[in-house]
Amino acid sequence: MLAFILRRLAQALFVIAAMLVIVFFGVNVVGDPIYMLISPEMDQQQIAETARQLGLDRPIWEQFLVFLKNAVQGDLGRSFVHGESAIKLILSRMPATLELAFVALFMAIVIGLPLGLYAGLKPESRLSRFIMAVSILGFSLPTFWVGLMLILTFAVGLGWLPATGRGPTVSIFGLETSLLTLKGWQHVALPALNLALLKISLVIRLARAGAREAALMDYVKFARAKGLSQSRIIGVHILKNIMIPIVTVLGLEFGSLVAFSVVTETIFAWPGMGRLLLEAITRLDRPVIVAYVMVVVVLFVAINLLVDMVYSALDPRVRLTEATS
Amino acid sequence: MTTITKSIAAAKAAALAAPLVLLAGATGAQELKIGLSAELSSLDPHYHNLTPNNMLARHIYEPLVGQDEKQALKPLLAESWKAIDDTTWEFKLRKNVKFHDGTPFTADDVIATMQRAPNVPKSPSSFSAYVRGKEFTKVDDFTVRVKTATPAPLVPTDLSTFGIIPAKCKDTTTEDFNLGKCTTGGTGAYKQAEYVAGDRVVLTPNESYWGGKEPWSKVTFRMITSAPTRVAALLAGDLDVIENVPTSDVARLKGDAKLSVASTVSNRVIYFHMDHFREVSPFIKGKDGSEIKNPLRNLKVRQALSMAINRPGIVDRIMEKEAIPAGQLLPDGFFGTSKKLKPVAFDLNGAKKLLAEAGYPNGFKMKLHGPINRYLNDTKIIEAVAQMFSRLGIETEVETLPAANFFTRASQGGQGNVPEFSFILVGWGAGTGESSDSLKALLATFDPAKGMGATNRGRYSNPTFDAKVDEALRTVDDAKRDAALAEAMDISMNDVGLIPTHYQLNTWASRKGVKVQARTDEYTLATGIRKD
Repeated sequence: MLAFILRRLAQALFVIAAMLVIVFFGVNVVGDPIYMLISPEMDQQQIAETARQLGLDRPIWEQFLVFLKNAVQGDLGRSFVHGESAIKLILSRMPATLELAFVALFMAIVIGLPLGLYAGLKPESRLSRFIMAVSILGFSLPTFWVGLMLILTFAVGLGWLPATGRGPTVSIFGLETSLLTLKGWQHVALPALNLALLKISLVIRLARAGAREAALMDYVKFARAKGLSQSRIIGVHILKNIMIPIVTVLGLEFGSLVAFSVVTETIFAWPGMGRLLLEAITRLDRPVIVAYVMVVVVLFVAINLLVDMVYSALDPRVRLTEATS
Repeated sequence: MTTITKSIAAAKAAALAAPLVLLAGATGAQELKIGLSAELSSLDPHYHNLTPNNMLARHIYEPLVGQDEKQALKPLLAESWKAIDDTTWEFKLRKNVKFHDGTPFTADDVIATMQRAPNVPKSPSSFSAYVRGKEFTKVDDFTVRVKTATPAPLVPTDLSTFGIIPAKCKDTTTEDFNLGKCTTGGTGAYKQAEYVAGDRVVLTPNESYWGGKEPWSKVTFRMITSAPTRVAALLAGDLDVIENVPTSDVARLKGDAKLSVASTVSNRVIYFHMDHFREVSPFIKGKDGSEIKNPLRNLKVRQALSMAINRPGIVDRIMEKEAIPAGQLLPDGFFGTSKKLKPVAFDLNGAKKLLAEAGYPNGFKMKLHGPINRYLNDTKIIEAVAQMFSRLGIETEVETLPAANFFTRASQGGQGNVPEFSFILVGWGAGTGESSDSLKALLATFDPAKGMGATNRGRYSNPTFDAKVDEALRTVDDAKRDAALAEAMDISMNDVGLIPTHYQLNTWASRKGVKVQARTDEYTLATGIRKD
C-alpha cells in the first residue's frame, strides 16, 4: 500500500511539473495583460511604468525563472488584478465551489441511484422507459440554457427560490458554509441541480446497466433461492457490486464538478472559484490562471489516489499491493 | 457543536422573522439591492483606476470635485476653485465635513491623499497620471493650491477622478482597505459594511453626511456578470436595480408594468480606426490578391467608407434603438464638441462615385478586425459594416478575436510593435467628460515622450490638428478651450481621422417605485437612486 502511494506521488509530481511549464507558456502567448488592466485613458509613460511594476516588461524566460523560483517555495505569484496571492485568492473562493459540488454530487447519488436501480431491475416497465428517456435530456441539454430555464421557472415564474447568489454563511471549524441555514439551501438548490443534471443522468445509466447485469448473476439467483428478502438482495448483493464503477466515475466527476463549474457559477452568480477563473481569463490575470490550473491538477491527482483506495475497500478482489508488483 | 446549534437557532429565528421582513418591505423597502455587471478588484480608492472600483469608491470616499450625471464638474469636497494664473489653481474646501468616525476633514487630508494616490504598490492602473507634475500646498486648513510647470486647464477634472482619504489612512495597505481597516472611513454618504470579493459590497448610510441623509438603510451591490441572469434576478425580485440591460431585453422590460427603465446617451462612442501610416497595409489587397498601395491614406476613400455605413440602420436593427448615430467623438452638448458636425449620411451612390474618383472604381479587398463581447453587439456591428462595404464594391472579410488578444495585436502586434490591423472596430468612453480626452488619446500624433496619441491605433497624424489640440490643452479659459477643442474636432472629422458610428445608451432597469438617475459615465450610484 505504501509503495503504491509513493509511486503514485512521484508520478503526480512529474505531472505537476509538466503542467507548470505548459500552462505558464500557454497563457503567455495569449496577449499582453497590460491592455486589459490599464485604464484606456492612460498615456504611454503610464503603460510602461505599470508594465515595469508588474514585471511584464522583462523577457518571458526571465519571468518564468522568477515564477519558478517562487513556485518552489509554494508561491504561485500575485494576481495582477487583485494584488493578492493567487493561491490565497483561489482558496478563499474554494469553499463556495466545494459546497456546490458536494451538494451536486449528493443530488446525483440520491436521485440517480434509485432511479437507475429501478430502471435496471424493471427494464420493461413504463416508468423505466420514461426515466431513461428523460436521462437523455440530462446529457444533451447545454448547461447554460438549463440554468436559465431553471431560473425562469423556479425564481421568476413560481418565485419559490432565489435566482442568484449564495446564502448567508456560518463559520464552522474555520470553514464558511451556507449549508446550515434554510436560506443557504434555498440558494444552493438551483445551481446544484443545474450542475448535477448531467451527473444524475450518468448515475442513472451506470446503475441501470450494472443492475441489469448483476440481476442475472449466479450469486443473485443463489441468494434468491436461499430465500433472502428482496430488499436484502437489492440492497446488499446487487447494490454493493454495482457501486464499484459508479464510485470510480463519480470520483473523477467530482473533480470536474469542482474544476469546471464555471458556467453554472456564472449563470447563478455563485461566488466560487469558477467565476474567479472566468474573470481571470477575460482580464488575462495570468498568475490566477496558472495557479487555478495547478490547483486543479493537484485536485485531480489527489482524487484519483483516493478513488483507488476506496475501490479496494469496496471490492476485496482489488489489492493495491498487487498493482505495484 | 454549539456553533451548529446556534446557527440552527439563528435559522429558525430568521424563518420566524421572515414575515416581519416582508412586512417592512411592503411599507417602503429600506434596503436597496443593485446588480452590477462587472466585478471590482478592490475597495481601496487608489489601487485600480477601473470603472467599477471608482464607482463603488465614490460612495465612501468623495473626490474634491464631483461630476454630475452629464459629467459636468460640480463642487464636492471643494466648495469652489479658480485659476489664479495659468499655472496655479486654488481650491477652497468645504467646512464642517466629517469623516465617518467624526474626524474633521481638512487640507491635511487632501495633501496626504495626493501623496498616496499615485504610489499604491502593485497597482494594475494607478492614478499617478492625474497627480503627476502637480505640486500641492496647504495655504490654510481649508485652502489648497496646485502648482504646475505648464498651463494645466484640466486640474479640476483630474482631481474629480479619485476620492480623498483621511490622513490617518495614508499608510493603510490595499488589503486593509478591503478588510475595512481604514476605520476613519471617508466623507461619503455611505460607509463600508461588508466586502466579499467577487460577490458583493454592502454599504450602510452615513447618518451625519454633510449632504443630508440617504433614504436607504442598507445598500447591497451584487456582482452578476451574466446579463440574462441579471435581468432574471430583477424579474424574480432578488434585485431592485440592474445596470447594463442587454439591448435585446430593453423593449420587454419597458413593457413590464412592474418595472421602469432609465437611459441616457453614453460618453462611449463606437468607431472604426484605420491604418493611416503604412504605405502598404497588411490586410488590404487588390481584387486579384496582389499587393496594392494603402488606399486608406486617400481622403476620398475614407469619406467613401464613412458614407457607405448606414448608421441609422445599425442603430435600428442591431442596437434595437438603444444607440444614437455619431458624427464625432462625444455626443452633442459635451464639453469641446462641435456644433457643425452631424453623422455622415448614408449615400451608397455618392460613396461609389468617391471611390471611383480616388482611383478604385472596382474596389479592393479588406479584412476588418474587432473584439468579441467587449462592446454591445460588437460582432454583429462589424459583420453588418462588412456587408455595407461589400455593397460598395470592397470585398470585405471579418475576423473577431477575444478582447485580450485583440487589444494586444491592435496596439502592438505588427513588426516593430506597431498596430497590426488595417481596419478595426473599437469603442472609447471619455471618462473626463470632455473631448480633449478622446482627441488627445485617439487622434493626436503618436508620441510617447509627450504622452500623446497613446491609443492612436491608426497612427493618424495631422500637424494642423496637433497644433489645435496642443493649444486647447494649454488654454485655461473654459470658453476658449471649448472652442479650440471643437475646432480640433472639426479638423479631424472632416479629414476622417477615424469613422464614428454610434454612441451607446446607458440603460438601467428598476422595480417600480425605485427611480434611477441615468448617467453618461455608466456609473451606478446609490446616491442617484431614489424612492419614487
